[in-house]
Amino acid sequence: MNDETPAALLAEIALDDVARLHADLVRRANDLVDVAYRTLDTPVGPLLLARTAQGLVRVAFAVQDHDAVLQALSDDISPRVLEAPHRLDDVARELDEYFAGRRRTFDVPLDLRLLHGFRRVVVEHLPDIAYGRTESYADMAHRAGSPKAVRAVGTACALNPLPLVLPCHRVVRSDGSPGQYAGGTEAKRRLLALETGALAA
Amino acid sequence: MSVKQPFERVVVAHGPTVLRVCRAVLGAADAEDAWSETFLSALRAYPDLPADANVEAWLVTIAHRKSIDVVRRAARQAVPVADVPDRPAAHDGRDLDLWAAVAALPEKQRHVVAYHHLGGLPYDDVAALLGGTAAAARRAGADGIATLRTTYPDIDGGRR
Repeated sequence: MNDETPAALLAEIALDDVARLHADLVRRANDLVDVAYRTLDTPVGPLLLARTAQGLVRVAFAVQDHDAVLQALSDDISPRVLEAPHRLDDVARELDEYFAGRRRTFDVPLDLRLLHGFRRVVVEHLPDIAYGRTESYADMAHRAGSPKAVRAVGTACALNPLPLVLPCHRVVRSDGSPGQYAGGTEAKRRLLALETGALAA
Repeated sequence: MSVKQPFERVVVAHGPTVLRVCRAVLGAADAEDAWSETFLSALRAYPDLPADANVEAWLVTIAHRKSIDVVRRAARQAVPVADVPDRPAAHDGRDLDLWAAVAALPEKQRHVVAYHHLGGLPYDDVAALLGGTAAAARRAGADGIATLRTTYPDIDGGRR
């Protein structure tokens, strides 16, 4: 903007106008959007949900800093990132059902492109742990075929790009305490309580 | 080192500016079409834009090209009518007089006001876009603002 520009010319553009134009842009952009995202309010705080043409690529908790996560998606996948809530309607619906206790597994297509090597092996085994059950980091190391890689399993769980959907919250310490979680220990406790029906209504 | 932001942030940061530019160039009725075309085109080309580019200047330049397209398309589709229809009112009625006053400016003045005063393009860049010299662009812009001060006396008031 210019100092010499008369104030009236810079009058605020109505937010409604920009919101409507944004929605129209999303509708017309079709295949040009490489990463579509939305946020969803849940009992464990607002979640960022992001998907590519292949499927859900990222779920992030507020404590992970949604702006930073979007920047990382932009850097790692494509800067063609747009907030496009309707493109994540199916994911939001399944998560709503999960938090309401009406869903135990997720059916949405996943895009695992952010996962490589051993981390990918570990994360792909997470759905082997049934709803309402837990396993230790050592158990997961066995499942992943590297019994000694207990610490690496912890790292893989901490960096899981698809928490909740790929249930790293079901991996706990060998003494049964919840242990670390990307969404915070309290969120992990709450998810485990939800799945064992121990959550007060 | 510059980091390229997610495109969503580009829309949020520069969407209002581009809409002002389009309104000044085309009037409220056609501005939204040009805005959409601008951001669609920008979204397509964004991965190839250098990370240290001036994103707003880039968008304003695209908006200029898309505005020309909108004008050309309107001219092609123009059908002679017995009565000239009323100008469509800005949908909330706000600032209608302002944009009418801008629309009444001679084209060169209107374009300089749009791209320099609203779009933030330096006069050199405006001249490159419109032809002529930077000095001529500066004069046209000053004349345009002077005219607006008489045709729209509230212009320095920042009415909302």
